[in-house]
Amino acid sequence: MIVDLPSTTTSAVNHALIDIRERGGAVALGRVLTLVIVTDDSAQVEQSIDAANEASKEHPCRVLVVARGLKRAGTRLDAQIRVGGDAGASEVLVLRLYGPLADHGDSVLVPLLLPDCPVVAWWPGAAPAIPTEDPIGRLAQRRITDTAAASQPIKALESRRTSYAEGDTDLAWTRITPWRALLAAALELPPYEDVEAVTVTGAADNPSADLLAGWLRSRLHVPVRRRTSPPGGGISAAVLERRSGKVELVRPDGKVGTLRQPGQPERRVPLRRRPVRDCLAEELRRLDPDEIYQAALQALAEVDGRNGRRAGSAKGPQTGATQGDET
Amino acid sequence: MTAASSKTPAGWVNPLLDSRDKRLPRIAGPCGVVIFGVTGDLSRKKLMPAIYDLANRGLLPPGFALVGFARRDWADENFAELVHDAVREHARTPFREEVWARLSEGIRFVPGSFDDDASFDDLASVVADLDQQRGTGGNHAFYLAIPPATFPVVLKQLARTGLAERNGDQWRRVVIEKPFGHDLNSACELNEIVNDVFPEESVFRIDHYLGKETVQNILALRFANQLYEPIWNSNYVDHVQITMAEDIGLAGRAGYYDGIGAARDVIQNHLLQLLALTAMEEPLSFSPGSLRGEKIKVLSAVKLAEPLDETTARGQYTAGWQGGTKVVGVLEEKGFHQGSTTETFAAITLHVDTRRWAGVPFFLRTGKRLGRRVTEVAVIFKRAPHLPFETTMTEELGQNALVIRIQPDEGVTIRFGSKVPGTAMEVRDVTMDFRYGTAFTESSPEAYERLLLDVLLGEPSLFPVNAEVELSWAILDPVLEHWAKHDGPEPYAAGTWGPPSADRMIATAGRTWRRP
Repeated sequence: MIVDLPSTTTSAVNHALIDIRERGGAVALGRVLTLVIVTDDSAQVEQSIDAANEASKEHPCRVLVVARGLKRAGTRLDAQIRVGGDAGASEVLVLRLYGPLADHGDSVLVPLLLPDCPVVAWWPGAAPAIPTEDPIGRLAQRRITDTAAASQPIKALESRRTSYAEGDTDLAWTRITPWRALLAAALELPPYEDVEAVTVTGAADNPSADLLAGWLRSRLHVPVRRRTSPPGGGISAAVLERRSGKVELVRPDGKVGTLRQPGQPERRVPLRRRPVRDCLAEELRRLDPDEIYQAALQALAEVDGRNGRRAGSAKGPQTGATQGDET
Repeated sequence: MTAASSKTPAGWVNPLLDSRDKRLPRIAGPCGVVIFGVTGDLSRKKLMPAIYDLANRGLLPPGFALVGFARRDWADENFAELVHDAVREHARTPFREEVWARLSEGIRFVPGSFDDDASFDDLASVVADLDQQRGTGGNHAFYLAIPPATFPVVLKQLARTGLAERNGDQWRRVVIEKPFGHDLNSACELNEIVNDVFPEESVFRIDHYLGKETVQNILALRFANQLYEPIWNSNYVDHVQITMAEDIGLAGRAGYYDGIGAARDVIQNHLLQLLALTAMEEPLSFSPGSLRGEKIKVLSAVKLAEPLDETTARGQYTAGWQGGTKVVGVLEEKGFHQGSTTETFAAITLHVDTRRWAGVPFFLRTGKRLGRRVTEVAVIFKRAPHLPFETTMTEELGQNALVIRIQPDEGVTIRFGSKVPGTAMEVRDVTMDFRYGTAFTESSPEAYERLLLDVLLGEPSLFPVNAEVELSWAILDPVLEHWAKHDGPEPYAAGTWGPPSADRMIATAGRTWRRP
């Protein structure tokens, strides 16, 4: 069911919600969190709602979409309530803000947050430079950004690193969970040797490859090198060097990975790039600070050859891929 | 995440793992599964889909192998086709070609019968080849999805061919399904036969109820909350009803069921396990040892209420109308003997002789062709000792109840009194509902997924040990003997909630059955 409330107020929205509940019993109360999606009033609204609806099957939530419309227009709030079949296992409120109100989304959100439940903010596209200092970010216990969707992913990642606060997380990090799981499982097998060096290869502007390198650096404390591969391919390889030989996980085609390690036959594993809805569902599974992500972010500075930099060097970024290949 | 399979050298810690890293799933170490009885319903509807779902969720090791063994003139491809169809039809997660492609690379088939030495020699060499080609590392689980009568011969073959033997830090495990015997003696015999070949820590007995999220949630509800534990005792609890009702009849399973009956089929395993989880003391930790220790303790304290004439009931369904369909009685089911005294409904009364539960009866009932399909644990509380209302105000007030709904519509219901709106003070029962589906997920893993993964990880918490099985039989045996000596079961019409003797049984104790 979809109810449109053009040019409305939050108390009218709340009234309408209670009304729908009384009439249809359609809006159940067993919500576990409020998910706030902050986006521009564009096609992204529907894409994000689709992902949230899928994720809501695992985490029933109230979804509040803050869609910022034209700032030059007059102040206006258009609301749309979706429940039942149109909203997965959640209830979706799309709030379109126009005029000066577009900058004050937090004031619209406060009356609509579920009591007592955690609030998760998600920026599917451009995110504020410092999520914790954003008015909406301040309302949330958890702030999900996506550096891969930023116009300058590596710069965005750098800003995540310098401004990290507990509760921050990034979908570029979520995307590498399968890689991390496979590498961790590979080390569970004999010989139990120390890793001596690491190389991670991926597209130059791929923040996930950077985070994988950062994670390995933070866990292993050995030299970690970042190599670049052609743009668009995501991560293509991670190699851990040990005395007896290399543990190699390579994914040239973006779909199937191959795992090679000494003493074991070569194995192929499904390792496709994860759709946003899977990542979002994983993100909502835990709401406590992610210390492992924090450590991976911090270790970025110690990764060699990242975007053309030497580890620890104070030099600014140099241009792209070719330099990265040389290191 | 901990070391999944092999023993690691002392002091070695996987540097990539961290208990704070909750995103990383536990992936099983290199291993394979050998299924006996691949053409059965269990294999096709539960096991194979569960294996695919695990693969799809990235929880199986790279190079996982699946071997089928059956008396069919098949090649690997034919078996792969069977698995493919089973997965397509029954898997929970969407079918993805790339996942299937990887999984199918590790599928093998060995044709043969259980008494044929040559086929088991073939099986041994196939398994050895897999260790080479797929890197299964000598770690194999043998899933006996076959009738228990064939266990001895298969186990002997596994021992003879050395398939049950492990070298060094490899593992070999055996998975068996109920029935675990038909009484205490046969259960002990079966345990002996199995333990002869596989040590107890390598035996995984599947009680799929224990793999259900809602059953595990009983532990969370009781031990993670402050709210319930203080009232979880005889001071506040009046009695407990544990029900597993099925709306289906025996169609197709009548031959198997005849001679077994509802008590052996359901009470001995599922219901007594539910009772153990509901009544047990708090374990020191959630380690497998502590959990089983507490379950064994509470099962040893369980006593039958006497006299059995009055505290038990049994029945057989007769023809009738169930939910709008006309159905036949059990005696007309194909494969069921005329004059059989096998019960399709069983109810028993138990006491738990501990300080916590002194004087609190536990009523257990199960049956086929009952009102609807439902499994639940209902904890019924005592009435408030004093009601400062006039009796007319509380006429409609029942007893408070907490109902854990195991299936379907998983969740928890609390029933309590509330004021009816109006000028008069009038109190009536209302319910407060928690639905698992709305608070968490529509897509929670199937019980078999969880249990299979636990087998591969060597995580035994959710599998009953032989002591639990034997204790359960020790509880049930006197009832079975008593029934065998007396008249047959009482008829009840299909689609009702069991025979009149079940109502008499609970009325004698001064209670009534809840309508689930």
